[in-house]
Amino acid sequence: MGRYVVRRLLQMIPVFIGSTLLIFLLVNLTPGDPLLNLAGDRALDPTVRAQLTEQFHLNRNVFLQYLYFMQGIFTLDFGTTFSGRPVLDIMKDAFPITIRLAVLALLFEAVVGLPAGLIAGLRRGKLFDSTSLIASLVVIAIPIFVLGFVIQLFVAIKLGIGSPTVGVTTPWKDLLLPAVVLGSLSLAYILRLTRTSVAENARSDYVRTATAKGLGRKRVVTVHLLRNSMIPVVTFLGADLGALMGGALVTEGIFNIKGVGGTLFLSITRGETATVVSLVTVLVLVYLVANLVVDLLYAVLDPRIRYA
Amino acid sequence: MPSRQSPSDGSETRSAQGVTTQQSGVRPTGDSPTPILPAASPASTAATRDADTDAGDISGSTGKPRSLFTDALFDLRRKPMFLIPLVLILFLAVVAIFPGLFTSVDPRFCQLSDAAKGPEAGHIFGFNRQGCDTFSRTVHGARASLEVGLLVTVGAVLLGAIVGAVAGFYGGLVDSILSRLTDVFFALPLLLGAIVFLSSFPNRNVFVVSFALIVLGWPQIARIMRGSVIGVKDADYVLAARALGAKDRRLMFRHVLPNAIAPVIVVATISLGIFIVAEATLSYLGIGLPPTTVSWGGDINSATDALRTTPRILLIPAAALSITVLSFILLGEAVREALDPRLR
Repeated sequence: MGRYVVRRLLQMIPVFIGSTLLIFLLVNLTPGDPLLNLAGDRALDPTVRAQLTEQFHLNRNVFLQYLYFMQGIFTLDFGTTFSGRPVLDIMKDAFPITIRLAVLALLFEAVVGLPAGLIAGLRRGKLFDSTSLIASLVVIAIPIFVLGFVIQLFVAIKLGIGSPTVGVTTPWKDLLLPAVVLGSLSLAYILRLTRTSVAENARSDYVRTATAKGLGRKRVVTVHLLRNSMIPVVTFLGADLGALMGGALVTEGIFNIKGVGGTLFLSITRGETATVVSLVTVLVLVYLVANLVVDLLYAVLDPRIRYA
Repeated sequence: MPSRQSPSDGSETRSAQGVTTQQSGVRPTGDSPTPILPAASPASTAATRDADTDAGDISGSTGKPRSLFTDALFDLRRKPMFLIPLVLILFLAVVAIFPGLFTSVDPRFCQLSDAAKGPEAGHIFGFNRQGCDTFSRTVHGARASLEVGLLVTVGAVLLGAIVGAVAGFYGGLVDSILSRLTDVFFALPLLLGAIVFLSSFPNRNVFVVSFALIVLGWPQIARIMRGSVIGVKDADYVLAARALGAKDRRLMFRHVLPNAIAPVIVVATISLGIFIVAEATLSYLGIGLPPTTVSWGGDINSATDALRTTPRILLIPAAALSITVLSFILLGEAVREALDPRLR
């Protein structure tokens, strides 16, 4: 286990440097004057321009600029928004809300997706299986912003179940509907993954052995079968986090939630590029770290990796 | 895919296929899969081909054992789950190329006096909030979605397949470098990465949006291609061809690629749908295609404020978008089943 963890951490270093460099290049190598939009239609005053150029290190070469960018990341200095508020400050307010939304979404995925996938996998070819497979494809095909508006319109507004917008204090009950929207895409994938995995493992030797030595069906299914079938699901969750963040952006925008996604959504629609870039950078960093954690979790689940 | 070589797998594949038949309720009887199956997995195709034709003939027209692709086509020809999405996609392609066949109303002709008016003669879906014809805009919006989807898929597959094939085929240091490079790009989530890139891009159009999505989308293809090539490159028929003196290029194009490309085709089909979603999401956020381009994402964006009063304006382009994406995903699933029944 220790060797695996160390190896993963070491592998993480070049990927981390490369990814941050990539973000930096994507932002900074796009054509156009970065200071152009600051003054609107008028030309920027030369002294102000000189000062800003100095402040953002625009007169240095790209490599040095990247180092300044990294210095900002390591000192948790992600810059300020247009209105002058530090991005880190916004993060402190917004992250707890997004985390609550994500936790609800993940709960929804786990509570619905895992059992449904398990049942579908155990009863392959039956009605439940074929229905859930088709339904999951339909859910995958509907873009999350469409799903969000459809649910907001038909469930929240027409049927009056849940709340179409989330209140200022962000109560848990208001977050239920957005969590369903946010979790539905991953739910479909989890269902399909669990089903495939369960269907494959149900025929495996260790399940036969467990049954043969007299264990109850319940124990065989939950402890032996489900645990091993979880491995691809956990791997998926790590990779899916990026999609979940993108989904949170759209969902929070639709339901007016003041989380990271909602803040980012507003910054995008207002054209506040600097805020967008720093918020997304933070999100990508979270994504990288979360994937590392998932990889380590993977080792806990799969002994073949632990002892490799 | 290397796990497919044990003899017992054949029977498992067969049973899986039998189940598949029942699930989709597609084939009336379970008769056809049996003769097809031995060649349905690359490993067994390889075995047959090894004994028979070294050249890796994939046309299958000369009485030689049918290849994976001819089999897949044979299998797919009678599946509604393949034919229905295929017909839909062909129809969408016609709509995208010749929108004038379906509507003679100019999507950019808008009169504010018509804003949010209901359906009337000649305008079956009414008008949007700017007073443009909703039906016409939905018909004309197909082009942007399909253009971006196709451009990104072609670009990502070309780039990803080259990087993945080279990394998998040569191995060693080349593989290490290319794989780390792939990891770096893979670490950026598609939507977030595209937002960073596009939000600082001044003049966006179909090509800029496509470029952003290609840059972020190719690593997935590269990973699959690499794994697939590694699974194939040490097969006996490749070694035999090498022993006969075939050069790298011939090995790659005649022996390795035809046998390793199947998973990439499947992922590419499904990805096309995913890329269309990504473009629509970006346009919906207002950082994808510019407002001057008629696109479903942009139209959905401009309809959001009127969701409570005239949901029709939002639901029509949304339905068009969802049906398009669903078609590509269903097509991809059908191809996946045909190329590898065990994946399901």
